[in-house]
Amino acid sequence: MKRFLSAFNTTAARLSALYLILFSACAVFLVFYMTGSAARFLVNETRTAIAEEVRSLGDVYRDRGLRVLVREIDRRSRRPGANLYMVADNAGRILSGNVIALEPGVLDNPGWTERPFVYARFGDDLSVIEDPERAPHALAQVIVVDNGMRILVGRDLGEPQRFREIVRRALITALAFMAAGGFLIWFFVGRRALQRIDRVSEASARIVAGDLSGRLPVSGANDEFDRLSESLNTMIEKISTLNDGLRDVSDSIAHDLKTPLTRMRNRAEVALAGDDKSTDYRTVLEDMIGEADQLIKVFNALLLISRVEAGFSKQKLDEVDLAVIASEVQELYEPLVEDAGMVLVNEVEGPLPIAGKRELIGQAVTNLIDNAIKYGACPNGKITISTSRDDADKMIRLAIADQGQGIPDTDKERVKGRFVRLDESRSKPGSGLGLSLVSAIMSLHGGKLELEDAGPGLKVVLSFPAAKP
Amino acid sequence: MSSPRTDNAGGGRSSPLNLPSPLPLRSGFSFLTARAISKSMKVLIIEDDAEAAAYLKKAMDEAGHVADIAGNGDDGFAMADSGDYDALVVDRMLPKRDGLSVISALRAKGDMTPALVLSALGEVDDRVTGLRAGGDDYLTKPYAFSELLARLEVLLRRQSGAEQETRYQVGDLELNRLSHEVKRGDQTIALQPREYRLLEYLMRHSGQVVTRTMLLENVWDYHFDPQTNVIDVHISRLRSKIEKGFDKPLLHTIRGAGYMMRD
Repeated sequence: MKRFLSAFNTTAARLSALYLILFSACAVFLVFYMTGSAARFLVNETRTAIAEEVRSLGDVYRDRGLRVLVREIDRRSRRPGANLYMVADNAGRILSGNVIALEPGVLDNPGWTERPFVYARFGDDLSVIEDPERAPHALAQVIVVDNGMRILVGRDLGEPQRFREIVRRALITALAFMAAGGFLIWFFVGRRALQRIDRVSEASARIVAGDLSGRLPVSGANDEFDRLSESLNTMIEKISTLNDGLRDVSDSIAHDLKTPLTRMRNRAEVALAGDDKSTDYRTVLEDMIGEADQLIKVFNALLLISRVEAGFSKQKLDEVDLAVIASEVQELYEPLVEDAGMVLVNEVEGPLPIAGKRELIGQAVTNLIDNAIKYGACPNGKITISTSRDDADKMIRLAIADQGQGIPDTDKERVKGRFVRLDESRSKPGSGLGLSLVSAIMSLHGGKLELEDAGPGLKVVLSFPAAKP
Repeated sequence: MSSPRTDNAGGGRSSPLNLPSPLPLRSGFSFLTARAISKSMKVLIIEDDAEAAAYLKKAMDEAGHVADIAGNGDDGFAMADSGDYDALVVDRMLPKRDGLSVISALRAKGDMTPALVLSALGEVDDRVTGLRAGGDDYLTKPYAFSELLARLEVLLRRQSGAEQETRYQVGDLELNRLSHEVKRGDQTIALQPREYRLLEYLMRHSGQVVTRTMLLENVWDYHFDPQTNVIDVHISRLRSKIEKGFDKPLLHTIRGAGYMMRD
């Protein structure tokens, strides 16, 4: 019963109910209007016919006298399906006609009257409807001719009334069928919608319960339910990716932060266990400060990444010259690169105006050169900073290439993630946050971070939208 | 001073990130004793974190300075307004009245006492807001006391007008700011433009500890924390130029803090 009721509690059911009501109202109005005007038309026709007949009877009386009139009325009264006729003298006595009785006063008012008339219908079975209650309604005209003589001609209105009655009955039947049909459609459409929604609800309940691999059913009909399911599936896909990312990050945080914390703890423990206090304590405290600094750096990096990803986008970008920033960073890092036994080549050609944050771009370039020193190291290696301007897509590209081992294609997307460190680099210092920060900085600038092969080596390409002139 | 840690031990675990990070605080503030000029100063600490304030005061005491503490913005303003302080250390987030409004209110009254703003907000734009409100320097939490003290000393010295001098001298090393000429004894030393600016900054603050962060900020105009190595390499190049062939070292490394030009 509950399921039955809930089938009506759907949008489809509500919509069909609404349409049913609206359609019925229109149909009722239309039928009433049509029968009404048809009936009015019939009555008008009747009036015209009566008026015509009254006039011709009047002519008969004037031209040929009372006797002929009475005979004529008598003749007309006896025809099958005859109208109502009557002629009365000035005292109200009925001289001829098929009207048997009249309510008093009817003849006193010449003109049109509509009322029940008791009259004899000779044509049918000569039956006389005596009971005034059941007397048929008729429309009649009374005229007064010479000597106070009155002629009444009328016509039974039963026919238009019957017509109206038939139409009304047909209408009610039709409406009843329509309501029943609507009710059925309502029920089946509603139930069908409900079944599909139930399937979606069941699937989403499974997903909510933790099975993120589940997807909502798509029937293939490409209707609105399918479209809804598809977009929800895309959303679940995204949630699933984010969820995986979160899990990876949590694992990495647990690992990367646990290691220095454990080291700190162990050092303190070893120091306490030792005998020679003063020098040991100092060494341990200094090392612990170093570890704590490293932890703070990791947290700062995480905070900066999320701030760049979230809040910075609302900030206004300044007009900066990418070439100037690249040269500044190159100048800052050149000695360090040389000390590492490599050369830093600046092939930047400016000016390259872009909208950006100097500090953040500087930091991104710094991180990339730093990576190149650490992971792109090779004897007499070369780190190249170069720029290019792509007029086709209005992008300015800054590339930093090294001659190291590069990154396999399969890992090129992955290394942009937080805390991702490739196995070869595990032994090297670093937190695995450098490229994620660069990636966040690039999306802040509406640009892109791409990793390419420098053959040999890694080429990191930063694409910035060119400033509008 | 018996630490086995080398001066740039931080470089060994450097990450690819250049972000604000504290410098190690050495117990006893041994590096401060290396100071040639270390006048005692009277500092007002406006900070609502009582523990941090007390620790800061203790560090100041050990460094030979006198420090008072105000726990909220209103008290801080009243004390700064009436007291006779050499410098203010102002936390940005304070109860009753925020740190920046305390500073701008003091500035509006014509009080130009150097103020160092402490904040957990470290973005460049936050820094700009802080400096625009009248702060003289901006330090992001968590900070190292050595960094804070070095910056306070520099703020005090700024008052003394070293900026306007046209000629700096440390021992027999001479830097002429008009001709951009650097001489040691009668020997002219050729420097790259950036080396010149590095030396100029170090000599302007001779006798004071200059941290790596301060160098990156003032010479390169970047506000992230340097890879310790990056600045060290520049310093060692500069050092080889101004000290090679001379007996007396002038550019000293202050362990755990930074560098100092000193005769």
